[in-house]
Amino acid sequence: MAIRRGRGVAAINYPTGMNLGGDPTQALVHSTPTGNFMVTLSSVDLGQGMKQIMAQICAETIGVPTDRVVIDTADTDTGPHCMGTFASRGTHRAGNAVIQAAKEARQVMLEVAAEELEVNASDLDTDGQGNIQVKGAPQKSISIFDVALSAHFKRGRSISGRGMFLIPRSYPEKETGAMKPSTCYAHACTVAEVEVDDETGEVTVLTVKNVFEIGRALNPKMVEQQLVGGSWMGISHALYETTEPYYPNRDHGGTDFNQYLMPGPGDLAETEIIVLERPSADGPFGAKGPGEMCANPQIPAVANAVFDAVGVRIDTLPITPERILRALKAQAAG
Amino acid sequence: MAKVPVQFTLNGSETAEFIESGTTLLNALRDKIGDTSPKGGCHQGTCGACSVIIDGELKLSCLTLAETCNGADIKTTAGLAEGGVLHPLQRAFLDAFATQCGFCTPGMIVAAKVLLDRTPNPSREDVVEALSGNICRCTGYEPIIQAVLTAARANSQNAA
Ligand code: FES
Ligand code: FES
Repeated sequence: MAIRRGRGVAAINYPTGMNLGGDPTQALVHSTPTGNFMVTLSSVDLGQGMKQIMAQICAETIGVPTDRVVIDTADTDTGPHCMGTFASRGTHRAGNAVIQAAKEARQVMLEVAAEELEVNASDLDTDGQGNIQVKGAPQKSISIFDVALSAHFKRGRSISGRGMFLIPRSYPEKETGAMKPSTCYAHACTVAEVEVDDETGEVTVLTVKNVFEIGRALNPKMVEQQLVGGSWMGISHALYETTEPYYPNRDHGGTDFNQYLMPGPGDLAETEIIVLERPSADGPFGAKGPGEMCANPQIPAVANAVFDAVGVRIDTLPITPERILRALKAQAAG
Repeated sequence: MAKVPVQFTLNGSETAEFIESGTTLLNALRDKIGDTSPKGGCHQGTCGACSVIIDGELKLSCLTLAETCNGADIKTTAGLAEGGVLHPLQRAFLDAFATQCGFCTPGMIVAAKVLLDRTPNPSREDVVEALSGNICRCTGYEPIIQAVLTAARANSQNAA
């Protein structure tokens, strides 16, 4: 009986969004009379940071500071349609819709500024600080605040835009059954190192080293925090979490946080995160969906590490001490 | 059912309310008094989201009857900022990106505050121990541990 060490590796491809009956998200953008921009969505920020990312995307597209943008994700009854926040699709789908809406709003904004400055709209550009100026002649400029006031009270224009992004439904080819379930994939690879106690079946994850390829990190610190949390959650799925440990028998399922196990702050593996950026062809500023993807590669990596350590293949999650001991017993019985 | 009066100090202010006998402190704070910083995660003492500080001790407000708090000194995360300036723990949580959905954050912060009040220079093990009653679904804990250690360092530098 001994503590045995093992190392496992796994790599994954993960689709951004899904393809059922088509996968749309819409967005509306409009300016207030004082030149702030509202983005209306029904996509939900559930902690992953969608509001921040959508504000960055809108600000970058219109050419204003991020703090001039307000994101309203309040109401799925009244907001423009979104399929929802799931399948790692939020940044990709809603981001593209926001870009389209913001471009339309920017165009109206430049047209109003052109009338005020008596130049062509195509000769104007934003300075990113809240002003619009003539290209090559920055002294000829007007603040977006004044443009918005003019649009509202003088010119009778609505500085607004409509955006929509749709991944159309993909039908399987009749002959081959081939289809295109997604247009955009994120990738990841994890190496996990574990110790397995072959007497108790207990697994300790010593280190997890993860590389994530996520298109472009629109907010690198928020990407990092999601990847760190996701890596933890992957280990949690690999070793701890289940509602039905003897599925399909429902006995002994956890009914509360006492019985539904997750690793706590004392059970953390040494975690390394490396981000690779290879901008996607159809993502907003090259982004893909890093969300759910980041909690996946740890699971097969840990399973492989357990195999490396004690020579048993556990193919049911979570990899509990009981499953390991049963497998070791079967192995010994030959 | 007859209502009973409760009276305590909440974040430095005298607070009085009539509540149904048997109301938890969590529900009294959130629904009657309007301090929604303690969160109701499990309502049975297993997640730590409802943590508050009662007379200097870390307590689960979901397992504390409000009527047992008469005369107590209660602190919640809502009372930590002073004059619009965030408490060093709040600042450190922000800087370390130690919050995602934020549901666990107020409980984590009061748990960390009780630790730092007693152990101004905690080890990593001390921090882990202090947070071990609080569940976080999002962050993987490491950013939270780092935030608490950073706040402790900031405190001791200010004291020095
Ligand atoms: S709500 Fe009190 S411990 Fe979960
Ligand atoms: S930040 Fe979501 S539970 Fe901790």
